[in-house]
Amino acid sequence: MKEPIIQVKHLFAGYNGQAIMEDLTFDINKGEIFVILGGSGCGKSTVLKHMIGLVPPVSGQVLIHGKDMVAARGKERTRLLRKIGVAFQNGALFGSMTVLENIMLPLTAFTDLSDDAARMLALAKLGLVDLSRNSHRLPGELSGGMRKRAAIARAMALDPGVLFLDEPSAGLDPLTSAELDLLIKDLARTLGITFVIVTHELESILSIADNTIMLEKETRGIIATGHPRDLKANPANEYAYRFFNRNPEKEKKP
Amino acid sequence: MTELNINHTDTGQTLVFSGRMDADGIAKIWKPACDGISNHAGADLTLDLSGVTYFDMAGAAFVVHLDRTAREQNLKSIRTTGLNPAAASLVERLSRKDLSAPEPAPSAGRIRMFVENQGRGLAAFRDDVKNYIAFFGEICWFFSTSLLRPNRIRWGETWRVAEQAGVNALPIVALISFIVGLVMAFQSAIPMKMFGAEIYVANLIGLAMVRELGPLMTAIVLAGRSASAFAAEIGTMKINEEIDALTIMGLEPVRFLILPRVIASTLMTPLLTVFAILVGILGGAVVILSLGHPFSAYYNQVVGFVSWGDFTGGMIKCFVFGVLIAATGCIRGYQTRQGPSAVGEAATRAVVSSIILIAVFDGIFSIIYYVLDV
Repeated sequence: MKEPIIQVKHLFAGYNGQAIMEDLTFDINKGEIFVILGGSGCGKSTVLKHMIGLVPPVSGQVLIHGKDMVAARGKERTRLLRKIGVAFQNGALFGSMTVLENIMLPLTAFTDLSDDAARMLALAKLGLVDLSRNSHRLPGELSGGMRKRAAIARAMALDPGVLFLDEPSAGLDPLTSAELDLLIKDLARTLGITFVIVTHELESILSIADNTIMLEKETRGIIATGHPRDLKANPANEYAYRFFNRNPEKEKKP
Repeated sequence: MTELNINHTDTGQTLVFSGRMDADGIAKIWKPACDGISNHAGADLTLDLSGVTYFDMAGAAFVVHLDRTAREQNLKSIRTTGLNPAAASLVERLSRKDLSAPEPAPSAGRIRMFVENQGRGLAAFRDDVKNYIAFFGEICWFFSTSLLRPNRIRWGETWRVAEQAGVNALPIVALISFIVGLVMAFQSAIPMKMFGAEIYVANLIGLAMVRELGPLMTAIVLAGRSASAFAAEIGTMKINEEIDALTIMGLEPVRFLILPRVIASTLMTPLLTVFAILVGILGGAVVILSLGHPFSAYYNQVVGFVSWGDFTGGMIKCFVFGVLIAATGCIRGYQTRQGPSAVGEAATRAVVSSIILIAVFDGIFSIIYYVLDV
């Protein structure tokens, strides 16, 4: 079953008319765990910001459910935004609200749920990321990993079909990170949620990703597409080889 | 469309769900379902989900919630049927989790809370005054030791702050003083004209601007402009752990960050005050000229009446105001706590504290000048 839920067409990514990534074209299928891979500063997060409609790209199209995210305005844009959830790199939790209130906010704003019901659903989402015992705390009182998990819970609040995660496992301990990987896999399998993950955590990518694109700064584009195992086995170029083997030295491919 | 039918049987009841079990769907059936379960101790309960067409985490949380509510009711047996394997695994995963929020701590009575809060406020105020004085002393210490070795002061930073907090503040200071001089002259000229004494408006404006309003208005504008900026700048650095980084590197934050600001502000406030006084007196001149007196008459009145002693008194005052504004801004910024509203709070505290201090010291100076008969 290949059903593209997100289509990126000829996207030139960058700010103020200056493209840092050129002519990106790729499809993301429903229920897939899709990883955008690349070194620091290559523009992964920028591509993500274009995909969620936060920053308009230099040029190109991002279709979510066949609708153009870049061109959408007003009600149509709100409808599209309800179908996606985003967990930002630093959590971006609202500091003046408790964790529970953060998760309840989209639930009470967009549904007719009573406060009790919204509280239960929010606690369920927090339970999934093992944070219900900390639901009464302010984000400032949480550790970095907890904040990240709370952000993922908030992104899931409205059960969106597509979840965008920016560096979800960076700064998490190996156990928490592994559990997060399991959760992502489980949600993708059981609910058919599509995940778009920006990361450079090799271990996590190899264990969860169904499909990957690898970006490179030098070529300003995609250097490889496919399952991460294949990318590792047959590196597209020297950079990809060094990336997967954590080898900073420039050397010839064996 | 989400629907809930409750079928009663001999031994209990069956809740039959159909349609979409997402957040929107369960919003409608939440209350009837919870009500349906309650008050049936000793009976059987079946949750029939075979008619459900769509099921997500909201639905799963709902099923888990109903299951737990039912258990608390001491029902005889609880069964869930008709879940597809994917949904069942989701419900299973959720039901393993602890979904309870911690109980809030019991709060004391209102009167007790009120008294407690007043006491805490007073203690906080006492600590605050103590800390302020200690910190101010520290700044003075660093200032005096730096005077012995002036090359350790960051003059580049001092110059930048002097431009930002001094030169760039000139337009607003000039505007405020001009308007104060103009309005004061205009208001006093009307009654004084009844006695034919409107030329003495010049004496009033000259003396008031030089001794009192010039320094005071400048200080208040700078408190709003620079003290808040200093507090926000240093507060943001504190939140980003930049202050900790400075301390670890062995660079004292007071010398590195606060001294340049205090020096710049102390030097710039008197300069701005001179401008404020001149512009304020010019504002008064506009009114006198419009009443038909020549400018030379106004000039002679001002210069003849205002003494160098008055001018020196005003200047000493604004030196002190300059130190107070910069030190308060920096201290409040340095005291910034964690959290998103902390920087805003620090900036507010900086402005409020520096205006209070300016008012208090203005009063103290009035008394000193009166006693010394200046």
